[in-house]
Amino acid sequence: MSFKRTWKSALFAAVAVAAPLLAPSPASAVESNDPIKIVLFDWTSVNLNSRILGGILENLGYTVEYPTGDYLSSLTTSLTNGDITLGLEYWDTTAGEAMKASEATGQTERLGTLGPKAKEEWWYPLYMKEKCPGLPNWEALKDPKCAEAFATAETTPKGRYVGGPVTWEGFDDERVEALGLPFTVIHAGTDAAMFAELDSAYQRKAPVMVWVYSPHWAPAKYEGEWVEFPEYTPECYTDPKWGSNPDKAYDCGKPFGDIWKFGWAGMKDKWPVAYKVAKAYQIDTNELNAMSGQIDLDGKSIEEVAAAWIAANEAKWKAWAQ
Amino acid sequence: MSDIAHSAPSTLNGRWLGHGVVAAAIAATAILFLVPDILSPFAKYPDALVIPFNEWVGAVMAWLKTNFSWLTRWLAGLVEVPLRFAFNLLAKGFKFGTGEAAWTLPRLSWLGVVLVMAWLGYIFGGLRLALLCGLGFLSLVLFDVWNNSMLTLALIIICVPFCIVTGLAFGIWGHFSPRVNRWLITPALDLMQTMPTFAYLIPMLLLFGASPVSALLATGFFATPPMVRATVLGLNKVPQEIKDFADMAGCTKSQKLWRVLLPAAKPSLLIGVNQVIMLALNMVIISSMIGAGGLGYDVLLALRALKIGQAMEAGLAIVIIAVVLDRLSQAIAQKRPEAADTRAFWARHTNVALAIAVLLLTTALSLVFPALHTLPDSLTFTTAPYWKAGVDWITINYFDAIEAGRVFVLLNFLNPLRAGFEALPWFGVLLVLTALGWRLGGWGLALVIALLTAFCAATGLWVPAMQTLYLCGVAALVASALGIPIGLWCSRSDRVSAIVTPIIDTLQTIPSFCFIIPVVMLFRVGDVTALIATVAFSIVPAVRYTNHGIRQVPHELLEAGIVSGCTRWQLFRRVQLPVAMPEIMLGINQTILLSLAMIIICAMVGTRDLGQEVFKALSKADAGRGIVAGLVIAFIGIIADRLITAWVQRMRQRRGMA
Repeated sequence: MSFKRTWKSALFAAVAVAAPLLAPSPASAVESNDPIKIVLFDWTSVNLNSRILGGILENLGYTVEYPTGDYLSSLTTSLTNGDITLGLEYWDTTAGEAMKASEATGQTERLGTLGPKAKEEWWYPLYMKEKCPGLPNWEALKDPKCAEAFATAETTPKGRYVGGPVTWEGFDDERVEALGLPFTVIHAGTDAAMFAELDSAYQRKAPVMVWVYSPHWAPAKYEGEWVEFPEYTPECYTDPKWGSNPDKAYDCGKPFGDIWKFGWAGMKDKWPVAYKVAKAYQIDTNELNAMSGQIDLDGKSIEEVAAAWIAANEAKWKAWAQ
Repeated sequence: MSDIAHSAPSTLNGRWLGHGVVAAAIAATAILFLVPDILSPFAKYPDALVIPFNEWVGAVMAWLKTNFSWLTRWLAGLVEVPLRFAFNLLAKGFKFGTGEAAWTLPRLSWLGVVLVMAWLGYIFGGLRLALLCGLGFLSLVLFDVWNNSMLTLALIIICVPFCIVTGLAFGIWGHFSPRVNRWLITPALDLMQTMPTFAYLIPMLLLFGASPVSALLATGFFATPPMVRATVLGLNKVPQEIKDFADMAGCTKSQKLWRVLLPAAKPSLLIGVNQVIMLALNMVIISSMIGAGGLGYDVLLALRALKIGQAMEAGLAIVIIAVVLDRLSQAIAQKRPEAADTRAFWARHTNVALAIAVLLLTTALSLVFPALHTLPDSLTFTTAPYWKAGVDWITINYFDAIEAGRVFVLLNFLNPLRAGFEALPWFGVLLVLTALGWRLGGWGLALVIALLTAFCAATGLWVPAMQTLYLCGVAALVASALGIPIGLWCSRSDRVSAIVTPIIDTLQTIPSFCFIIPVVMLFRVGDVTALIATVAFSIVPAVRYTNHGIRQVPHELLEAGIVSGCTRWQLFRRVQLPVAMPEIMLGINQTILLSLAMIIICAMVGTRDLGQEVFKALSKADAGRGIVAGLVIAFIGIIADRLITAWVQRMRQRRGMA
């Protein structure tokens, strides 16, 4: 009997110790203790935004997790069934169609813009301007001499342009044809490969024409300019008659646009306050570029920079939660 | 396989007939290639006849998702329990409560883990292994990759035993029912190993969610096949005398299996375990893309910011974990079981008790001394700047020379070859492959190959398939041309072998992604870069199998050769090489399969073939398209594998070694 009793009292003691730890404490009166999952992708700014918003939500008492995910497919897979609650950077420029497909499922929700404008275009280092003085106007590229300045042995006499992965919605092959540019489009398979080409050429002061986008660390690190194409309008991509080439669409520059936050549709009901904060969350372009620079060029950690922002902007995010 | 080989034409007449059939098929292909217009539907697969496999697979996936999500999600929840525990124990710490009342039980202190690893090494392998394990893990702390290393390690620790047990179970099943093995298990394993993971990533995400569980399952799916193969092979190789002895000694069926057969098959099983660990670590990049985080994520993130050095360090951390786990598991398995011990549990397991005590103590201390939880930054160091400086130096000084070489290879060899492959008529290729299949393996093989080739054409992916074949073919050729001589050299000198082995171990486990970006800086995006990356990965089996094959030539044969007065060259040419030939061919076979596995990585540096097709499907979350492209890649691999296996079989029979 005594053995049984000790066993029982031990059990009671264990429960007594464990209970306050396991039960939700009243101090954090959030709607649900289930983790809010904010996805991390593989570039700096999105992870910084995720950590900032995540940090704010943690300060409000929520449990936050940061799973890693794949950019485009997350829109139509993990976000639709709540495996991911929030994704903070979907760019109009690369994910336009995927976002539409995601919204069409009815299981995700566009939570407004992040703030900074996405810009992407053909880009060249400043030293190339000597060889091709008409730049940044795109018509300069039509000059065969200028195009040849951008050529490599296998593309001569055409210039070589390193575009993004084929999965991005770039339409550069169409653009080259519609605008009659003497350039060959080479598709880099990933943007890491694309910027590796840029970095290599820049060090050697060698010719390079490459797809660069912003916000990104590259325009901050390398001196250069974007080519100025005829400004993008939606008609340019859909209506052949628009623009300088009456027979072909895509005779203009790349679209620029917003960066969107997306959320799982169930978030609104499950975590109303967190939903409100996520919807209100915005960040200033210059601030974001400065913080990205601190991380990518000065070597600070993302968590460190995020914590600093949260501490400095307490009034701001407290207002979002009201 | 032997019954197929028997039905192959083997008489002298038959041999001429065989040559004739293959020659006729080649002639027909040549005609279709040179004048494609005469029978254009046979040269270019007509669009109207493309079968919409994409949509069918997509529909099946959608149906599975709606009807079986509850089951897959439940399974995912089940697997998640031990996985979370391992993550928390090693990397994240256990968090209790929420909000301000939350408190965390810290993760195991790095000091404790390093000490226990060294201790494990000491128990099973003496001082050398203790140093390897201890210093290996210590370097993870010093290079400041501890956190993500432990995430990766946790995934591997949960995954590998699971793979081994499943692999053993299916292997035993395959051993006892050869028909199941031949018609169900082997084809399934072939598909699992040749189908690129990216191809089934979307269904995985839909069914199991974006979580470490999906990563674990994908890893298991990819890493289990070698365990099954090794088990079947090992059990089948157990000599008949041993089996008879077990029966005579009156073993029951299960006693025979567990006490006799499996111990006798141990060397093969160990190779299986080694391969499971290596392949599981191969998957870390991909698993980081679907929610696992860890070292693979470090690599991706660093490369996106062109931090080559950091990516390299994360990659080397993966290699360190692989080497430590591999050597440790080999040592554990080599250890002879000790006689039964009847002392009390703690007395019997002083080592276990000691290890737990060390872990608890250091972890408790880490509450007082935070340095034992996370080493302060001032004590960590990094080699990253040197890697970057090295690559930059080469870029600045040698780019022009490299560029000249690259352009030469591209314009004179790769581009014409690629154009040639793209123009290959589908029906001609089908004829040639089928004729070869018939010649080497009889009607059964011919039929299988004809069906698989026809599938590739009927999906409408013929041109990308031929582009894939071109890149893999060239890569496998270069890898064999370099790897076999290196393997031969290793086989003739233990010293060379000792140098080469760690290098090929590294090549096999370091994510190709780590070195592919520096290669891009020197060779630009495109086929040459893809080729270099593919060769670096697929050269490994060519070296390993050649070395192994020559070394295992029976001593009696060599002595017989020496006695009959062979020169060294004759000995090599007439004795060693022919006897080792089947082994070398298996190495080439593996080289081809590994080249195919790299197709996806190649798509990341701008090749345009099936790999790119898989990527497009991934970005559009189109499950059907990805799986079909993946199947075409798998079928190319299976066709190559079957033809080479049949050839090796014939060669063995001709030499009376079957």
